[in-house]
Amino acid sequence: MSLGDTIFAPATAAGRAGIAVIRISGPDGGSALAALLGENCVPEPRRAILAAFRDPLTGEELDRGLVLWFPAPHSFTGEDVAELHCHGGAAVMAALLRALGRMAGCRLAEAGEFTRRAFQNGKMDLTQAEALADLIAAETEAQRRQAQRQMAGALGQLYEGWRADLIGALAHLEADIDFPDEDLPDGMTARQRPVLRRLGEHISAHLDDGHRGERLRDGCHMVILGAPNVGKSSLLNALARRDAAIVSAQAGTTRDVVEVHLNLGGYPVVLADTAGLRESGDAVEAEGVRRARARGDQADLKIVLYDCAATPEPDETVLAMRGDGLLVANKVDLVSSPPRHGLGVSTLTGQGMDELLRRLTEEAARRMADGGPPGLTRMRHRRGLEDCRDALLRALEQQDGELMAEDVRLAARHLGRITGRVDVEDILDVVFGDFCIGK
Amino acid sequence: MSKFDVIVVGGGHGGCEAAAAAARAGARTLLLTHCLDTIGEMSCNPAIGGLGKGHLVREIDALDGLMGRVADAGGIQFRMLNRSKGPAVRGLRAQADRALYRAAMQRELAGIGNLTLQAGAVEDLLLVNDEVAGVVLEDGQEIAGGRVVLTTGTFLRGRIHIGEKTWAAGRMGEGPALGLSKRLYDLGLNMGRLKTGTPPRLDGRTIDWAALERQPGDTPPEPFSTLTTAITNPQIDCHITWTTPAGHDLIRANLDRAPVYSGQIEGTGPRYCPSIEDKVVRFADRTRHQIFLEPEGLNDHTVYPNGISTSLPEDIQKALLATIPGLGRVEMVRPGYAIEYDFVDPRELWPSLEVRRLPGLYLAGQINGTTGYEEAAAQGLMAGLNAALAAAGGEPLLLDRADGYIGVMIDDLVTRGTQEPYRMFTSRAEYRLLLRSDNADQRLTPLGLSVGCIGTRRAQAFRVKMAAIHQARELLESRRATPHECAAAGLAVNADGRRRTAMELLAFKDVDMARLATLWPEVAALSPAVAAQMEIEAHYASYLHRQQADIDAYRRDEALELPKSLDYAAVSGFSNEVREKLQRHRPATLGAAARIPGITPAALTLLLAQVRRGKRRGKRRAVA
Repeated sequence: MSLGDTIFAPATAAGRAGIAVIRISGPDGGSALAALLGENCVPEPRRAILAAFRDPLTGEELDRGLVLWFPAPHSFTGEDVAELHCHGGAAVMAALLRALGRMAGCRLAEAGEFTRRAFQNGKMDLTQAEALADLIAAETEAQRRQAQRQMAGALGQLYEGWRADLIGALAHLEADIDFPDEDLPDGMTARQRPVLRRLGEHISAHLDDGHRGERLRDGCHMVILGAPNVGKSSLLNALARRDAAIVSAQAGTTRDVVEVHLNLGGYPVVLADTAGLRESGDAVEAEGVRRARARGDQADLKIVLYDCAATPEPDETVLAMRGDGLLVANKVDLVSSPPRHGLGVSTLTGQGMDELLRRLTEEAARRMADGGPPGLTRMRHRRGLEDCRDALLRALEQQDGELMAEDVRLAARHLGRITGRVDVEDILDVVFGDFCIGK
Repeated sequence: MSKFDVIVVGGGHGGCEAAAAAARAGARTLLLTHCLDTIGEMSCNPAIGGLGKGHLVREIDALDGLMGRVADAGGIQFRMLNRSKGPAVRGLRAQADRALYRAAMQRELAGIGNLTLQAGAVEDLLLVNDEVAGVVLEDGQEIAGGRVVLTTGTFLRGRIHIGEKTWAAGRMGEGPALGLSKRLYDLGLNMGRLKTGTPPRLDGRTIDWAALERQPGDTPPEPFSTLTTAITNPQIDCHITWTTPAGHDLIRANLDRAPVYSGQIEGTGPRYCPSIEDKVVRFADRTRHQIFLEPEGLNDHTVYPNGISTSLPEDIQKALLATIPGLGRVEMVRPGYAIEYDFVDPRELWPSLEVRRLPGLYLAGQINGTTGYEEAAAQGLMAGLNAALAAAGGEPLLLDRADGYIGVMIDDLVTRGTQEPYRMFTSRAEYRLLLRSDNADQRLTPLGLSVGCIGTRRAQAFRVKMAAIHQARELLESRRATPHECAAAGLAVNADGRRRTAMELLAFKDVDMARLATLWPEVAALSPAVAAQMEIEAHYASYLHRQQADIDAYRRDEALELPKSLDYAAVSGFSNEVREKLQRHRPATLGAAARIPGITPAALTLLLAQVRRGKRRGKRRAVA
């Protein structure tokens, strides 16, 4: 059992609710529970019982609720853990927290501290800890599935498997170097080349997933581009208002770009409106246009909009922006024949909007569909894998065994860093700095 | 007033280096051994060096130790192993004439001024205020000396096995060692048990040499020591033969008489140097195993059959030899055997090799769980040197993993301990491309100079060599050529318009000094040794550059010392396992903690936070 502090914190969000949960973890968890419930009322491990929570000083009953007791090491953190399911009111919560805070060795948990303890006690590897953060932040179904797979260890296992392969290959290279006088099989070094090449290919394929996992985590970025007054804001608002596209975050402005978060068929999408594209001598407007273009270049999908009632043919500048994006003709309710270019919609009457939504959902799904091998979810993983693959490629170019071994050794280290197997103290700062969960 | 500053107990490879190093560093030194004639004896195989081990010999030499010079004086066959591979992983190995080697070692020691050699058996340590202050001899005589270095090999509960026969060996059972071992056991140090073995010795006159594959040495032989100008001994060949299926059948039929398999032996043997019975059992599909027949001397008919260490009964050993090509009529001079012995868990030592629980006592060699002459000698040198520095009131010289193989070995031992006899390999060194045998002097001699353990002859030779190397580097960095000029000289480089230095060009695969001389004739004036050094540096330049960043990070962690007084029980957040390991190992630095198996990255972060917190507090106090 750990000899550290015992920490406690509400595990549910603040506010009025039917129930709220307080979690306690640490060596004094048992005595804290006994103080609240009375010596004889501590439940059997992993059995829910109904109990009265009393102030240890006054004996006053603060609330009644369910209690769960998870002795170490079979708990979320690996320490003694207790859960109090109390009524979800601010006063109840405050009274219980005050009572816990008065107990010797107990203190309020810091942000992310429960997860941190779970990681420290070997209950999860780094990718799993990150996945937990993602799971709690997940807003859509596909995000939840991805986080859950990662938390089950799918990503960590994949990487650990590769690392084991690398270490196996390295062992052969090293043997060839360290035992020149031994009667070893010929060509041991040469035989590692196909192994390393295959591994490099696996990693490249994993990297070359079109950023599927990262998109799913952060949302697929779509941007609406077009000349002024073609109805870009109206399109954004129209999409955001549709029942099918549930907006899960409030729209905010970033100076010249308006963003809304959409849930299209379970896939998270960040849709942005931009300043109108036109040649302009006005410095401020020119800057807006420059930003709009930059935003368009970074987006996963460009929605290029034009007003088919005003110009039957879209503007050249607009067409140049399209690339592999989606061309949409607005204000079809004002023209008699279907537009010659792009998908016709009317943000005013709603005409064509179902079809547009279907197309956008399709595009989002194509970029984020899950079901294959676990996807990369973070830049940190991508960088580690890229470094690993680059080291492997260098190793394959080497003629000298000791240089090959050197690069394979580096490759293994880059992989190990992702799951937290080796010298990661600097990574840890970043990882746990990102955390604001588990309270 | 004591007569000595440092007393070294034991006259093996560790003891010789310890005594010499202590004396070089200015300590009045006494070497005590039970028999002066056997000082410098090669008790097992008649060879020095190899992969990793050869690197250690060069490092010993760079610190002005004896082993390199002595091996050069005793060497009768020299081979550079891995000659086809890069210079970082080449290892020099020499067969030595045992008599010549012993004589050269005794000559070296006799020539050291403030070193006294004395025959005597040590019965106990002399303690003053719980610190070692000298030794007590068998006859009760007390010798005062500030520091004591024990290099007593396998004397702790040593036990020899040959077939069913087994008896206490080493100096166990004799009066003197009993008292000394009792003293060590009474300290309550964590101990382990190991096993090692040796093959039977053969009479070379009864070997059919003509039937065997010849293995000649290098011509000309390259010496170990930078102070040796040439190898003068006549050079001999070794020969190679193989075990046969008939021999394997014989071993299998008699496994019940092998101590390793009958349960008679409890110690752990090395995985990399198994006995022939181990090889036959573990690699059952192999039909033959290689044997090197190594002569033990120019005027000695004894031959050491490297590869068939065994503790089978004597009659089976003889029958086994008869199944081996070339050995049909061989006379066995003495049988092989296995020896078991206790060793001190080296995690009981500080990186200076001083025993944590008994200040003033240093341990080196097999007693720390290592195997091999070179490993023992390197530890002996460091233990003797640090004992001398401590006696003079100075700080110890601690080599780290980026300084040399010596640093790698000692760090492995004191932070990770060992489960089998520890032997050096190049793969143990993460900075292998930097820790080459060609630059051992560049890495270590300056450190040796800083603590005063380098003699004037080496100091002078080193200064001359380094001046030449600096000059050569400057020359090669200052000469530049355009791609056009390169092409004109027949060097294919990208036509990117970039002017490249001679050093950069030298890194190209097919560019050597001779090619550079076509562009810059002054390059031809570099001495062959300096030119070869430049080629090696250029060859690894890009890797060394990358490795430097790793080394910097490593040294940052090493610089974070964990206070000796740190109370791990009071640090919150460790798992039980981690806490228990840290408490037991008491790592000296954050880096050392990271290398303890089972210490998680998370635990390191906690530890780091703890140290930083402690430092801040310390600073605040200092300000107040």
